Amino acid sequence: MSKTPEQELKERTRRSLIGLGAGAVVVVAGAYWIKDQPDADEIPQALRGVLNFNEKVVRAALFSDRHLTKTYPASAIGKLKKNGDFGMEDKIDEAAWRLSVGDKTLTLADVQTLPKVEETIDFKCVEGWSTVTSFAGARLSDFTAKFAPGGSSAEYVGMQTPDKNYYVSVDMPSAMHPQTLLAWEMNGQPLTQDHGAPLRLVMPVKYGIKNIKRIAKIEYTNTRPPDYWEEQGYDWYSGL
Amino acid sequence: MIFSGMLIYWAYDPYRIGLGSITLFHFFPNWFYDFTGIGQQLALGMALHFVLAWIFAINGLAYVIYTLVSGEWRALAPDMNSFRDAIQVAMHDAGFKVPLPPQGRYNAAQRLTYSAIIVMGGFSLLTGLAIYKPAELSWLTAALGGYEWARWEHFWLTMGYAGFFLIHIAQVIRAGWANLRSMVAGYDLVDSHE
Repeated sequence: MSKTPEQELKERTRRSLIGLGAGAVVVVAGAYWIKDQPDADEIPQALRGVLNFNEKVVRAALFSDRHLTKTYPASAIGKLKKNGDFGMEDKIDEAAWRLSVGDKTLTLADVQTLPKVEETIDFKCVEGWSTVTSFAGARLSDFTAKFAPGGSSAEYVGMQTPDKNYYVSVDMPSAMHPQTLLAWEMNGQPLTQDHGAPLRLVMPVKYGIKNIKRIAKIEYTNTRPPDYWEEQGYDWYSGL
Repeated sequence: MIFSGMLIYWAYDPYRIGLGSITLFHFFPNWFYDFTGIGQQLALGMALHFVLAWIFAINGLAYVIYTLVSGEWRALAPDMNSFRDAIQVAMHDAGFKVPLPPQGRYNAAQRLTYSAIIVMGGFSLLTGLAIYKPAELSWLTAALGGYEWARWEHFWLTMGYAGFFLIHIAQVIRAGWANLRSMVAGYDLVDSHE
């Protein structure tokens, strides 16, 4: 016996609702599956996995040394705020400060023998705000060529503060980007201690969390050095 | 997507409705963050957002391709009369004594809104990419008015979805069971005029 139109519609409605319900169950189950996974540095493993996948996509498809971030006229400069003092809780004796690279120990004057580059860029915080700021210093690529010959063939650069309480690691292509500087000036003035005197990293291709202040040690390595904010759940690459 | 976006927005929440020093509404007030439990979860929010963005993009792309290939877009895309008819539909729904213009599967207001939502989805993806990679995609960020404007646009598009959602749900409730059933099952019963 063939069904009446009413029965047919009832049947189709039932099937559709079951389909919808099953879809909802899959979504909720998926969310719980992700949530209940062991954490990889403060976020569920599956999420960390996708962040690492995104990094591969971006590095393969987007990143280029020739992609320069936008630069601004001096009139656009804003007031960059100090957003944390991890690794810089105490004052530093700038005269006694030294930079360690491999087996070398450098003074600021040594670093300043490199060509000085000035750039006015939009400094972007992972929180979402940004401030146009001018920095001057030496290209990290020039620094590496002079003080760590062969360093650029390593996969990573690691840097840390004198007290080792703040530390970052960066992929080599981003480190060698022409806008990546070891800076000793900000907005035309010598760096203040709040902003990382005597020497800080400035890389407009990364969020501020990677732009470590008060650098005491730089290493070039094929094993990824630890990274402060990755350990707090952030994307290690954090590239812009 | 919206939830993880809120976790991110919390870390820097400058947007408001207001003029000069007068703020009518700040997005979002503290009671809202307290009530929803959004806050102090930027890292998780970013991770979720950059995972779900794949699903959002792939799903949206699949929908657009299907709609184009199947010819379903004809029932959806607004035509020359849609703008005029949509005003009539809106007046009618708001309670004015205005006759409803003839309609196909979707009425003129639906055609306009549903098509707009798809376009907005595309812009959400673009403004999102512009904020995500403003250095590598600087041309895109510049085309959308710069980094800060792109974030502003991304936020207000989302507020647009929220507004759409509220009106959509209210209209579905008003339209009743037969309409909801047709949304779910794809069919409704009508008397034939044979």
